Amino acid sequence: MLNRDELKEIIISLVPEAEFAEGTQLPEVIVPVAKLLELAEKLKTNPKTLFDYMINHTAVDFNTHFMTVYHFESTTHKHLLVVKSKIEDRENPETESLAALYPTCEFFEREVFDLFGIRYKNHPNLKRLFLEDDYGHPLRKDFRDEVNMIER
Amino acid sequence: MTEEIIKDVIIGESEDYIINIGPQHPSTHGVLRFEVCLQGETVKYIIPHVGYIHRGIEKMCESLTYPQIIHLTDRMDYLSAHMNNEAVCLCVENALQVEVPERVKYIRTILDELNRLASHQLWWAAFGMDLGALTTFFYGLRDREMILDIFEESFGSRLLHSFNTPGGLMHDVHPNFQKKIKEFIKYFRKKLPEYDQLLTGNVIFKQRAVGIGPMSKETAIAYGVTGPSGRGSGWACDLRKHAPYSAYDKVQFTECLETEGDTYARYKVRMREMWESLSILEQLVDNIPEGDYTAKMKPIIKLPAGEFFQRVETARGELAVYIVSDGNKTPYRIRFRTPNFSNLFVINTIASNFKIADLVAVSGSLDLVIPDIDR
Repeated sequence: MLNRDELKEIIISLVPEAEFAEGTQLPEVIVPVAKLLELAEKLKTNPKTLFDYMINHTAVDFNTHFMTVYHFESTTHKHLLVVKSKIEDRENPETESLAALYPTCEFFEREVFDLFGIRYKNHPNLKRLFLEDDYGHPLRKDFRDEVNMIER
Repeated sequence: MTEEIIKDVIIGESEDYIINIGPQHPSTHGVLRFEVCLQGETVKYIIPHVGYIHRGIEKMCESLTYPQIIHLTDRMDYLSAHMNNEAVCLCVENALQVEVPERVKYIRTILDELNRLASHQLWWAAFGMDLGALTTFFYGLRDREMILDIFEESFGSRLLHSFNTPGGLMHDVHPNFQKKIKEFIKYFRKKLPEYDQLLTGNVIFKQRAVGIGPMSKETAIAYGVTGPSGRGSGWACDLRKHAPYSAYDKVQFTECLETEGDTYARYKVRMREMWESLSILEQLVDNIPEGDYTAKMKPIIKLPAGEFFQRVETARGELAVYIVSDGNKTPYRIRFRTPNFSNLFVINTIASNFKIADLVAVSGSLDLVIPDIDR
């Protein structure tokens, strides 16, 4: 089990652009979208980290940008890591798909695509999961539905 | 494989037989639709279609306060209502750095295990019925009734009890609580061997279950199949053991693991877990410390700005709550990583190339609760 500093050291050596967040509950790293796939692949295969289990993938809408969040755990070493990447373009958000590395991510990504409208490059089957094709993206903060939503 | 599906289904070039199981089919245990491609009686691939009861709980939570959110979490996995409540409560308590009284921890753990037992009993009942053994349904629901009676006496409701609240419990348990649980343990210790006699060793049942839908440990990890389904494949993923919360660090229990990974292994894990739950209950029921049923909380709960993450083990696997707070009394974003979501999508991998009747056995052994997938 690696602690926060050891993880930081390894990740910086893999991806020098990575930024570390301080004072968070879990070790947290922010990487550019272009480096996401590369980092995930290296973290999964590196014998010291071995992040082979993706607990959770989701996105957060911060009005000015989207943040995609990945929670990883190593089933061997039992350490956790949060990987984030920032998507600046709200009109046409796009990021890398990790479905080839983590099969479970395929469905998390379909959910995020459905509810946030973030497109994933190289996703095997990017279709909406829950809602109809002409519905908006309800988890965006600017989503409005006058019929079914009560403003508080 | 996806290109093949598009070619087959959308362009219609294939001569394979495609049928829909669900959304209103009894064996899917809810409004779930399997689009199944058959070649003769053999399943070629399965596409699960979800979203029939999507209620947008995550969106609704963005305009509710934390004590209000608790009531929505019940409606996700309604058979593990207590564990769902607890996940949000623990996350909020962690964020506020509130230490809950020992009494709360013990009662929560007891209720976790009672809820797990009730859930596994209903699973056993329905699983038997999926495979054509009607008697199991009567046996399972008869014994589950005793647990629901304990719930009803203490919380006033049987299924969606929302008994947890950030900081502790809504109110203290009924004076009969301990007595009733001890009666139940004594009763169920006699009845559980009957379950084994009825189904576990049954030749017909074993022919339907052994070797069907094998899932390797690698597949389980890759698809994030947690809970008893993942432990049936030999993946030690019990959070009660590996990331203990509430009073789980004070009790002795074994993590039930099987290595075969087939439908029968998942069945055996759940049967063994019922014994373990009984043993955990026995260790705790006489030792509930005296004290308050809740910690002192402010009337309006505001989380500090930041991100909080908490995982608990429900009856079906790992439930993770991820809260992004901006310092208000409502979360900026709340995310529930629900166990059934990941458990469902492995079905194409493990049930392909088996007979269509085996699909019912495999989906039954994954113990799916559909509102948990849709949220």
